[in-house]
Amino acid sequence: MTPIWIAVIGASVTAFLNKYVGHSVPERWLNKPRFMRINTLVPIVLLSALVAVQSFADKKELVIDQRAAGVAVALVLLKYKAPFPIVVIGAAITSAAIYNWF
Amino acid sequence: MDRTGISVAFTVGLYGAAFGAAAVTAGFSILQSCLLSILLFSGASQFAVVGIMGAGGSALSAIATATLLGFRNALYGLQMAPILKVTGLNRLLAAQITIDESTAVSTLQDNEADRKRGFYVTGVGVYVFWNLFTFLGALGASAIGNPSVWGLDAAVPAAFCGLVWPRLKNKLQFIVCGLAIALALLLTPLTPAGVPIITTVLLAVIFGWKK
Repeated sequence: MTPIWIAVIGASVTAFLNKYVGHSVPERWLNKPRFMRINTLVPIVLLSALVAVQSFADKKELVIDQRAAGVAVALVLLKYKAPFPIVVIGAAITSAAIYNWF
Repeated sequence: MDRTGISVAFTVGLYGAAFGAAAVTAGFSILQSCLLSILLFSGASQFAVVGIMGAGGSALSAIATATLLGFRNALYGLQMAPILKVTGLNRLLAAQITIDESTAVSTLQDNEADRKRGFYVTGVGVYVFWNLFTFLGALGASAIGNPSVWGLDAAVPAAFCGLVWPRLKNKLQFIVCGLAIALALLLTPLTPAGVPIITTVLLAVIFGWKK
């Protein structure tokens, strides 16, 4: 089995366990203030780290290329409350323009 | 309320197209991309799996990151259980569609019957559109040779930005976001791919520990 298959099946199993556990355990097991505070921050750190790596990493090197420009445009569009498809398309057009013409 | 549920479902479905394209760009087959949407069915976790595998990370770091991201669904389950009161097979089905959107629409309703209905209409709606658009996005991206030519290489991190942005509501959260970016970039040249991302969970623990 290739690593991609292992990731697909493994992550699907744990995702379902997460969902099912919530429906099945008593509330007091999970509803703890410290735990809730950490859990609010978990998606923020993981997703921010993913943005950073996908924008600036080329294998193990850090680079500034057309992706950074695309992401910068995405952030501006988000700041002005643009809907999701516009954000993604704006980033793609910017990045493609720089990649193809410079 | 049905209209809210359906329009949420359709909008979220468009993220599905971005996901399908991202998955294929990261080296997943169309089948693997669609299976993630059918089985895993939680946007942020799915994007994390393809992002980490695409960067050359290990399956273990992809699974660990996706699992931590999916833990919020357990908390949604806690919220939904007393409203849905389901057992057996129905609980398995309800669990699968326990995600950000179904819980959000449900908890906005002001009576028990609407909360139940809101959950199912939104959950099933998102499931249908998310899977349909994943397939279309994957199909579209596989017709494209070099992802950079079409800007797909920037569309993926832009999609992540769209997932993080609405979560940043106070100063602490902005600071933690900035630190996570700095830590991930610092670790990128030093550690195997995937490690820089999962390591940032330490920041969540440190900053969430004390009030």
